[in-house]
Amino acid sequence: MSKTLFDKVWDAHVVREIEGGRSVLYIDRHYIHEVTSPVAFSGIRNRGLKVFRPQQTTATPDHNVPTLNQHLPIEDEQSRSQVETLIANCKEQGIELFGLNHPKQGIVHVIGPETALTQPGMTIVCGDSHTSTHGAFGAVAFGIGTSEVEMVFASQTILQPKPKTMLIRVEGELGKGVTAKDVVLYIISKISSSGGTGHFIEFGGSAIRSLSMEGRMTVCNMSIECGARGGMIAPDETTFAYLKGREYAPKGKEWDAAVAQWKTLYSDKDAVFDTVYEFDAADIKPMITFGTNPGMGIAIDASIPYSDHLSGSDKVSFEKALQYMGFNSGESMIGKKIDYVFVGSCTNGRIEDFRAFAQAVKGKKKAEGVTVWLVPGSKAVEKQAYEEGIVDILKEAGFEFRQPGCSACLAMNADKVPEGKYCVSTSNRNFEGRQGQGARTLLASPLTAAAAAVTGQITDIREFIK
Amino acid sequence: MAIPKFVTFTSQAVPLNIENIDTDQIIPARFLKAVERKGFGDNLFRDWRFNKTGDKIETFPLNDHRYSGKILIAGKNFGCGSSREHAAWSLFDYGFRVVVSSFFADIFKNNALNNGLLPVQVSESFLQEIFTAIQSSPSTTFTVNLEQQTFTIDSTGHTFSFSIDGYKKECLLNGYDDVDYLVSLKPEIETFENKKNDK
Repeated sequence: MSKTLFDKVWDAHVVREIEGGRSVLYIDRHYIHEVTSPVAFSGIRNRGLKVFRPQQTTATPDHNVPTLNQHLPIEDEQSRSQVETLIANCKEQGIELFGLNHPKQGIVHVIGPETALTQPGMTIVCGDSHTSTHGAFGAVAFGIGTSEVEMVFASQTILQPKPKTMLIRVEGELGKGVTAKDVVLYIISKISSSGGTGHFIEFGGSAIRSLSMEGRMTVCNMSIECGARGGMIAPDETTFAYLKGREYAPKGKEWDAAVAQWKTLYSDKDAVFDTVYEFDAADIKPMITFGTNPGMGIAIDASIPYSDHLSGSDKVSFEKALQYMGFNSGESMIGKKIDYVFVGSCTNGRIEDFRAFAQAVKGKKKAEGVTVWLVPGSKAVEKQAYEEGIVDILKEAGFEFRQPGCSACLAMNADKVPEGKYCVSTSNRNFEGRQGQGARTLLASPLTAAAAAVTGQITDIREFIK
Repeated sequence: MAIPKFVTFTSQAVPLNIENIDTDQIIPARFLKAVERKGFGDNLFRDWRFNKTGDKIETFPLNDHRYSGKILIAGKNFGCGSSREHAAWSLFDYGFRVVVSSFFADIFKNNALNNGLLPVQVSESFLQEIFTAIQSSPSTTFTVNLEQQTFTIDSTGHTFSFSIDGYKKECLLNGYDDVDYLVSLKPEIETFENKKNDK
């Protein structure tokens, strides 16, 4: 029978199916961090259990960590306690930990791929919704809650209902200044922030194929922002070239065998998806959000929509969002003054993102009065940015390059946007208060962030780079 | 470790007629720094319930003295965003046992079910009926019967039959949790691992 890519990977990991449509799903790789793991560790301890397969779990602190002076003890007492608890728990359970200042530390969804712990055909979970990132390698990867983290600790399996499948195809060539981030913001603006709920998405089409692994990760990362359980892309030569030679990738004969197996991971020609969307790459422009969920995105040169076509709670929610943002329908986004720029996160904190940002700001100067946080996704990204001379370009233009962590994406550390201030952010969520109480987030690509950082206002990158 | 058993009850409800309520609103990230699961109810909907100086915002439904009870009624796409289980913990800790909406985000739904908090998905029109009933009489009560899978507006007698997967229903009614079940499967899991490694 014809199968989708998702079905192939999922079915190969079902230990048993139980009544009511749930499956006991075997997990190949489990990533943990300091925020969603402590209660799960207490849970197995209270049951008198040990972690069943500690060698399949990898830990790193990322959500809470400061992005300056990481060699010093963490100032915030609670953050420090969470990070110390992670260290103690990993030691007790024999789990490998990439702690602060370790060369492999970083945002969990950045370090998994860059060390090749993430590989095609795997099932991967983490107590973090952006686990969908790893789907870029043709893995079934999705975020779970803490109860489920405990299930994985206890049994290396979880109980899950099998999601429906969705194919999103983007065909054609991407225009100037249009990045992977714009592609995914465009898709979410079309299908809404709940359009993918209950589904696992496969992204395909020539525009997706043309993306680098970094770009594919950006797309899969944000599949949760349309409500999907995860997103994935069939592995191909781009995938294999990225993985080859990385630390945990198979070597020698094992590599050849692995690639041969990975090449079977694609949706069969006549495989049937529950839902299919097709988009034309030529319709996609640089995108920016104007509201308080990631589905509220528009082309950067468009004006803020009206709510006339909405009614009831749809209308109320739309107007509440505009009020929070301090925007009015009909206004143009271009030219709006901004206060902060954040480049980083598991969405856009990879080397390619900083290359793009540096290229765009090279020879220019940071706008006065704008605070810019450039936060690498990992120690490896940080190191590479120094080695490639990216940091020199940034410094020359008046920017500071920080140390790795989740940072202002969710503002659990000190990197908080003040109330009422506008932040052009390369992260994934523009929810109320996400970047700090009362903060106003405008989601965009690293290129659009670069244009804002040097002009101090929302700027069309296509005008900026011509 | 059992979860609390779910028993049939009748209660007033708190209406929150807002769509796309994400888990950052349910419990902001700055309150996720605990290493133990306790006290999260204090910070439920923190930035909608309290202003910056910590005073209650009286117009917010949870602070409105007319509304109370163990049932939260919310607009569609409730629980979207972050996978933080703290969202389900904070709702439960505050005293809610049921959340009613016309649409739930997947991860939230799983997290709720794993913690004895019942997500009841109703039609958009029934949801509006509930809001209307509360609007005309805030003290109106509702009855949730998991055994029968029904949610009833007591004042009108209108009942909605909701669906839930059979396994999770049994877990909630009996207070079973998944970890005990999965641990009991270890021999089967080991056999699966051996087969997988042979391939």
